[in-house]
Amino acid sequence: MENLFFLIPALPILGFIALALFGRRMSAGAIRTMGVGSIGFSLLCALASAGQFLNAFQAGRPWVQTLWQWFAVPGLAVSVSLKLDSLSLIMALVVVFVSFLIHVYSAWYMDGDEEYGRFFAWMNLFTGAMLTLVLAGDILLLYLGWEGVGLCSYLLIGFWYKEPANARAAIKAFIVTRVGDTAFLIGLFLIALKTGTLDIAQASTSIGAMKASGLPTLIAMLLLGGAVGKSAQLPLQTWLPDAMAGPTPVSALIHAATMVTAGVYLIARMNAFFVLSPVAMEAVAAIGALTLFLAAVSALFQTDIKRMLAYSTMSQIGYMFLGLGVGAWSASLFHFMTHAFFKALLFMSAGVIIKAMHEEHDIFKIRKKLLSGTAFPVPPIAFWSFLTGGAALAALPFITSGAYSKDMIISGAWTSGHVWVWALALAGSFLTGLYTFRVFFTVFAGTGQSVYSFGGKRNLLVLIPLAVLSVFSVVAGYIKSNIIPFLGMVLPAVAPVKGEPFIVYIAPMLLPLIGIALAWLLYSPRAKATALKAWAEAAPLSGFFLRGWDFDRLYDFLIIRPYKFAGRLIQTDPVDLIYSLIAVISGLFHFVLGTSQTGKIRLYAALIGIGTAIIITWAVLF
Amino acid sequence: MTTSFYLAAAVALASTLMVITRARIIHALLYFIISLFSVSIMFFAAGAPFAAALEVIIYAGAIMVLFLFIIMILNLGAEAAAQERQWLTPGIWLGPSMLALILIADLAFLISRGGGYANGLYAVTVQPKDVGIALYGPYLLGVELASLLLLAGLIGALHLARRNVPEEGEDGTGIN
Amino acid sequence: MAPVSIDNGLMVAWALFVLGFIGVLVRRDLVFVLMSIEVMLNAAGLAFILAGAKWGKPDGQVMFIFILATAAAEVALGLGLVLRFHHKFKTLDTDAASKMRG
Repeated sequence: MENLFFLIPALPILGFIALALFGRRMSAGAIRTMGVGSIGFSLLCALASAGQFLNAFQAGRPWVQTLWQWFAVPGLAVSVSLKLDSLSLIMALVVVFVSFLIHVYSAWYMDGDEEYGRFFAWMNLFTGAMLTLVLAGDILLLYLGWEGVGLCSYLLIGFWYKEPANARAAIKAFIVTRVGDTAFLIGLFLIALKTGTLDIAQASTSIGAMKASGLPTLIAMLLLGGAVGKSAQLPLQTWLPDAMAGPTPVSALIHAATMVTAGVYLIARMNAFFVLSPVAMEAVAAIGALTLFLAAVSALFQTDIKRMLAYSTMSQIGYMFLGLGVGAWSASLFHFMTHAFFKALLFMSAGVIIKAMHEEHDIFKIRKKLLSGTAFPVPPIAFWSFLTGGAALAALPFITSGAYSKDMIISGAWTSGHVWVWALALAGSFLTGLYTFRVFFTVFAGTGQSVYSFGGKRNLLVLIPLAVLSVFSVVAGYIKSNIIPFLGMVLPAVAPVKGEPFIVYIAPMLLPLIGIALAWLLYSPRAKATALKAWAEAAPLSGFFLRGWDFDRLYDFLIIRPYKFAGRLIQTDPVDLIYSLIAVISGLFHFVLGTSQTGKIRLYAALIGIGTAIIITWAVLF
Repeated sequence: MTTSFYLAAAVALASTLMVITRARIIHALLYFIISLFSVSIMFFAAGAPFAAALEVIIYAGAIMVLFLFIIMILNLGAEAAAQERQWLTPGIWLGPSMLALILIADLAFLISRGGGYANGLYAVTVQPKDVGIALYGPYLLGVELASLLLLAGLIGALHLARRNVPEEGEDGTGIN
Repeated sequence: MAPVSIDNGLMVAWALFVLGFIGVLVRRDLVFVLMSIEVMLNAAGLAFILAGAKWGKPDGQVMFIFILATAAAEVALGLGLVLRFHHKFKTLDTDAASKMRG
């Protein structure tokens, strides 16, 4: 497999090409087979590669495959090369595995949509671009995948483009991430300029020699800018909640497998630059901590089930950034993995519920419909999946995978000495339990369960992904002791600066439980603390938190309005006035000369005569 | 000689005046031939017999015949004459005549200032031989150019007179 | 008798030229216009001949010959155009061809 792992990104891209070219003429069944099959074969390739890679693992040697030389100019040669090491292997495995399950689920979810083929074409391209990003051995190829992911997110968020709001959300996602992409691109240019190579390994080696200069910090900050945009962290996080406009499988794909985790991967991949710059590391940790807290508070006030999940993703990515920033590299990537499982699970079960409720997103209305029985009954699998995913998100200790990874990050924050970051992470941990189970109790508590029929054999298309991901959401935590050293092969380890007292060890396990208990008190049918709940709902700041701390308004005020104002100022193109003046003068001459063109020969002759008379008179007199 | 010159000049002016005032082309043409003849006499009086001969042969003989052909081909009759007479109102004459007066005044003024001329013509006859030597000596290039001009005129006239040239214009391609 | 004054001769040439020019301006019949142009050319020729005679040189006559050639070419083309013009507009009024305005 060592020479064939390029098939992992190649197969989805081939699937995209086939669907894009022939999708209109294919039957729904063929599209389904093609769309899901390409990812399925890619998954098989990834598994085979992983098997062989692990067998030869003792050597600790990454697989590098140079496909062809992209271009070579004096001072810079860029090749299309893929690299498989423990980091990209884990990442690619998770991406392709979760993508495969989401594709299977999409086959059911999108069934009957008039643009079934287009949907699968873009989903395949999305996955292919993400796998290119992950497996790239060259920063430029990574950037290609990076932009491919951005493009696909735009296409898929605006998939139902006939609704103007969806198109707006797509454009917003595209433009906001573009701000970060620009920073990334400048960083890329700097790397090429200063190190003379874009190969990740070589660039990482040569940057070590420039430790003393400010260059690593500058590049790391620029890369961080890119990561922040893609991963929806402060201050470029505003696009993510609106990205819920896309179909639910797209949300699952963006949040679990592709897109938002790209930023985490970028920082992990370029760790050589960040390790050299304590400032950048602190920035990463601070951004992560602030984002996780802000997003958790916002999630607490959402009434739209998908927006709640969106803020929770933001919050969880914040944990990953925090982990990267405090030096818990492996823990962050581990959290990425567990998060991919449970977040995909949550989105897919939420999708089942939403579809059953006729596209109803509001949790209170969903509850009302469930109680009144006007909706389709919710299938037990959705209930159990949402419970499992929610428990993992809330990091219920010992049982769920989320607890293992998140606790590692939090303890990493403590042992590396970032106390206030640690405090924010703990607060977020408490809030996560609260907001997750607020939604869960609001929707399900006391509604009973009934059986939901999917009709026909496509039942399995929902059942299998949800069941598999439920299992993984639980068991993924148990391979912690295997996966951390494995990731440690490529990611740096940071020695703890202080010990971990028992209270610090136990706090991240207790706080989610407290959060869940509080959620039960506030939102269960037999809620005791109704007064507190009423206060929270009516709090003057609830609208502020609901709108995600009003960052949209802030940007509207700071950027969009001045920009529009400037636009209005130069709408009439003041500089063009000079050129318009030339046009006006020319027009005037045209008018004068054109009027003289009467077509009457005798007039012309008379004019010649007058001219002659004038010239001669002038010559005679002067 | 002097008398004949002034006499011819008087005839030339009178006949030319008749040319531009006639309503019928054929009348104008006849007056024009008279005018050419009188100019020819003036040439002769000024000591240019070769030019006088050319004036009669080429101008009066050839070019005027061309006009005659055109008049015959177009068969311009009483109708056109009536139309032209209608157009020739005194108002029409006024402007150009004023213009002409200005030009004449200019000339008179110029001449009154002397202009550095000696006041008479030499009574020397320039022989055709001298003209020929000058033509094929210093003016050779001019002769070549004149021949090219005539060739162009020949080809142009041939093209314009062709009957089977598709009529342009209605669809906006030609003279319109 | 006094020799012919060059001033008087040039005066005659100018008078002829001006008559031709007036003809061009006044007449609307295309053939008349052409004929008036011939008058003007002829007047120019007269001026050249007189000037040549003034100095007793052949150059004036050479110029007259060139004018003659020009006049011949001009008449050949002009009359060809007259034919086309009449064919197209069914008249010889020059103002009929004023459609080509700027």
